[in-house]
Amino acid sequence: MSQQTVLHAKHLEAGAKMVDFFGWQMPINYGSQMEEHHAVRQDAGMFDVSHMTIVDLTGARTRDFLRYLLANDVAKLTVPGKALYTAMLNEAGGVIDDLIVYFLQEDYFRIVVNSATREKDLAWLNQHAPAFEVTVTERPELALIAVQGPNAKAKVATLLDAAQQAAVEGMKQFFGVQSGDLFIATTGYTGEDGYEIAMPEGLAADFWQQLLAAGVKPCGLGARDTLRLEAGMNLYGQDMDETVSPLAANMGWTIAFEPADRHFIGRAALEHQKATGTDKLVGLVMEQKGVLRHGQRVVVEGGEGIITSGTFSPTLGFSIAMARVPANVGDSAEVDIRGKLVPVKVIKPAFVRMGKKLI
Amino acid sequence: MSSIPTELKYASSHEWVRHEGDGIYSVGISEHAQELLGDMVFVELPEVGDTVSQGDDCAVAESVKAASDIYAPLSGEVVEVNESLTDAPEQVNASPYHDGWMFKIKASDLAELDELLDAEGYQNVIDED
Repeated sequence: MSQQTVLHAKHLEAGAKMVDFFGWQMPINYGSQMEEHHAVRQDAGMFDVSHMTIVDLTGARTRDFLRYLLANDVAKLTVPGKALYTAMLNEAGGVIDDLIVYFLQEDYFRIVVNSATREKDLAWLNQHAPAFEVTVTERPELALIAVQGPNAKAKVATLLDAAQQAAVEGMKQFFGVQSGDLFIATTGYTGEDGYEIAMPEGLAADFWQQLLAAGVKPCGLGARDTLRLEAGMNLYGQDMDETVSPLAANMGWTIAFEPADRHFIGRAALEHQKATGTDKLVGLVMEQKGVLRHGQRVVVEGGEGIITSGTFSPTLGFSIAMARVPANVGDSAEVDIRGKLVPVKVIKPAFVRMGKKLI
Repeated sequence: MSSIPTELKYASSHEWVRHEGDGIYSVGISEHAQELLGDMVFVELPEVGDTVSQGDDCAVAESVKAASDIYAPLSGEVVEVNESLTDAPEQVNASPYHDGWMFKIKASDLAELDELLDAEGYQNVIDED
């Protein structure tokens, strides 16, 4: 059965082309994915991400629970509001999901997980929470709007009341704060400045309309994908899943092996993988004509890999990709594009951030 | 509702054909096809002088979303290609039936025209998709 977000009518009003996204009717674009992409890099765009799953975790031992559940260490979160990107692993070290966790109070953390993985994530949380007497509360009544781009914060500011403006004043990257009806976070999935704002569903349509009036361009899942790929951010289900180690998905930086006495799910498997070695996720750049695509074969010296995500980069004007390849890969490779081996450069998987070309 | 000019003929694989005189036919993709593909980023064209048979894949339209083969709607020789698409592939989106034309074929078998669809027939193909 297909679900709609509370902003469905707003999307149709804005001329959205709707597609099915893991059971949700979501806008893929509102005419031109390219224009939407550029709006986020150069000005401000907004995405309805209300399909994503917000889960509140409460209880005195919530921090202990999350230190056991997540590969990154929430002990790093010492200031209320601070957030962390992390993987949630199974015992074999495979990625059940990637998520952002916010520390709100000692007995109250919030996580935001993917919509396509909602059921298994909730099942996993509910399986492990009782041992820590943590209460798991899904928040489906919250809508979520991401406003991203160099002018995003200034445009959002015109919608905020004085208390909310004060609350976000000087807020650093990767923080979230509840002020009035809004939970405002300096997070995103585009590599640009901006906010992700959660609010009661009843307020969302009006908020969206006000953003539109402030000159924020509605952007669909198409632009969201090219933006996150330019930023070198993983897409769950494509760049990693339960069969893939975070070490082979450019997520090594999110794993906190220290302190050594912290036991977290998947730790033993990861330590073994670290010792024996894994493939790695790299960036590919192809400056000649053509577009790198998911699933294409990558030939490297002494082995083969596969493109996990590929696209034309609207900002760079040529094609980029993320690929999983043997760890000893050099600085060049070849990609099998419909039977033809095309040379590509191998780089770290980050191509554009904060409006700047990184290559 | 996408436009389907009645003066053109169509292949069920979404190419259109326009008679330019002297047995030469220009070829492009329909408005419906460009809508499905989304923003075009590259168009790989055949070479002038190539001989193609009806149904051959002879060009590739690459959009942000996907690569899509373009099939020759008629057999014959490629006599001209739309070089301007190299720098401005978005013409296929903005003007699929005019500036976004892809190549011209000197048809070798005019009987093949009868196998193509008229606007109404093509509309039916879209409706069934």
